[in-house]
Amino acid sequence: MRAARIASIAACLTAALAIVASACADQQTPPAPQDPDTLILATTTSLNDSGLLDEIAPIFEAEQGVDVKIIAVGTGAALLMGERGEADVLLVHAPDAERALLENGDVSDRILIAYNDFAIVGPASDPAGVRGMTDAAAALARISAHNEAATNEADSGASAPFASRGDDSGTHKKERALWQAGGVEPSGEWYLQTGQGMGATLNVADQRAAYTLTDRGTFLALGGRLQLVVLVEGDARLLNYYSVLPISPDKGGINAEAAAAWAAFLARADIQQRIGEYRRAEYGRSLFIPAAGDSEEAIAARGGAPRK
Amino acid sequence: MELIWDGLREAARLLAQGDAEVIEITLRTLAVSASATALALVLGVPFGALLALRRFPGRGLLVAAVNTGLGMPPVVVGLLIVLILWRSGPLGQLNLIYTPYAMVAAQFLLALPLVIGFSLTAIQSLPAKLLDQMRALGANRAQMLWLMMRETRLGILAAVMAGFGAAISEVGASMQVGGNLAGDTRVLTTATVLETSRGNFELAIAFSLILVVMAYLVNLVLTTVQQRRPA
Repeated sequence: MRAARIASIAACLTAALAIVASACADQQTPPAPQDPDTLILATTTSLNDSGLLDEIAPIFEAEQGVDVKIIAVGTGAALLMGERGEADVLLVHAPDAERALLENGDVSDRILIAYNDFAIVGPASDPAGVRGMTDAAAALARISAHNEAATNEADSGASAPFASRGDDSGTHKKERALWQAGGVEPSGEWYLQTGQGMGATLNVADQRAAYTLTDRGTFLALGGRLQLVVLVEGDARLLNYYSVLPISPDKGGINAEAAAAWAAFLARADIQQRIGEYRRAEYGRSLFIPAAGDSEEAIAARGGAPRK
Repeated sequence: MELIWDGLREAARLLAQGDAEVIEITLRTLAVSASATALALVLGVPFGALLALRRFPGRGLLVAAVNTGLGMPPVVVGLLIVLILWRSGPLGQLNLIYTPYAMVAAQFLLALPLVIGFSLTAIQSLPAKLLDQMRALGANRAQMLWLMMRETRLGILAAVMAGFGAAISEVGASMQVGGNLAGDTRVLTTATVLETSRGNFELAIAFSLILVVMAYLVNLVLTTVQQRRPA
């Protein structure tokens, strides 16, 4: 009796495993046919939090009759969605990772659309004394050195925490590159990894009186509510480039036509102007500076100043 | 404190003015969570009855699985559905990812164990004699299920409330499978997360307030039905 029962349980389990295995095997079959009326756009939280896409996507939808599904994830996740063909087009800000995708043939093109800059923000008291520095990597190294010294003296009152996105986003990639350039491997209690979007991370930094690396757009959008102030800016390495990347049609199931149309749409003169004007009156400066037809080298050479 | 008051005032203003976006998000939230709860009831109550009344091999394993499901983290369910519904997933051809249907599926999976668990407990606590009597009086299966549901009204409505509560309050799975698309899959919880990260705390407070008030109203209706004295 007992043996029969165990046998029947084993049979059930085997059947369940077989179903799971066949479901996994199904993944090898060609991907789903595309839905020509839908464009899946994987983008960064910083761009989505700014509200810019909510303003321009409806224009594209009305013109093309295509439904744009904006999926806001960290740039790392967006790039992964592109690699797997889960999105039709990417709008991200991680130039090195983007170039790798282009070389691997995961994306068919990479078009610079806009830029702004990152800044190191922190409490006005600035315990590590980085205010006014123009070398971002040196500023991070100083924050780290300040904390190491504070730890050794067991004087926790002087600690100056740093809030990291810790989510493999474009901002996080930039932050890691800067730590590396400063010759520091950040760790310890002072290095807070939020694992959340830019808005949430700024809130954490604000509440904990911590430094953080932020994109200009999100900081301006939240700035009014925060005690944090801009301490380090103007390093050419702090320039933040947003590009649009249509996914290669070879992936199968990709709405390549709509993806190409979206890329052309963003680069169009009237839309570029809208991007530059977006909330400019409110903040006294562009959240995103139009850059279609521009190049990273030319922008860096101008020190990030807008084109004449 | 000021922020909280501003938020409450803003919430009242949005509600009083009947802000189109807020109303739309509220109605979608209700529609998605109510559909998920209804589906969970249709499948969950009979399954709960089966588990309560029948003895068969593997029943203990199933009951343990249901009890595990009572505390299923929404992100796990969300991840599962994302992997299944993604283009490269086994059901990718259905084009259901980032739609309200995907959200109904996720919330259904979250509510189902609660509905099964509550109905199982309710039906198991019925006196055994009652069932014998029903059979003796010649009730067929559907009639027995109906009578049992009437007798266990308290428990079944508790199941509805628990299922609906789980569905409407979760945010992780809805975010993952719905994508929080404006005018399409944005519900009260995901809108709250978005507005919080955008620093629009007034709006976030407004959405939270609506969510809590709505959940209260739905539960008030269900509780009234539940506590009504039998005619």
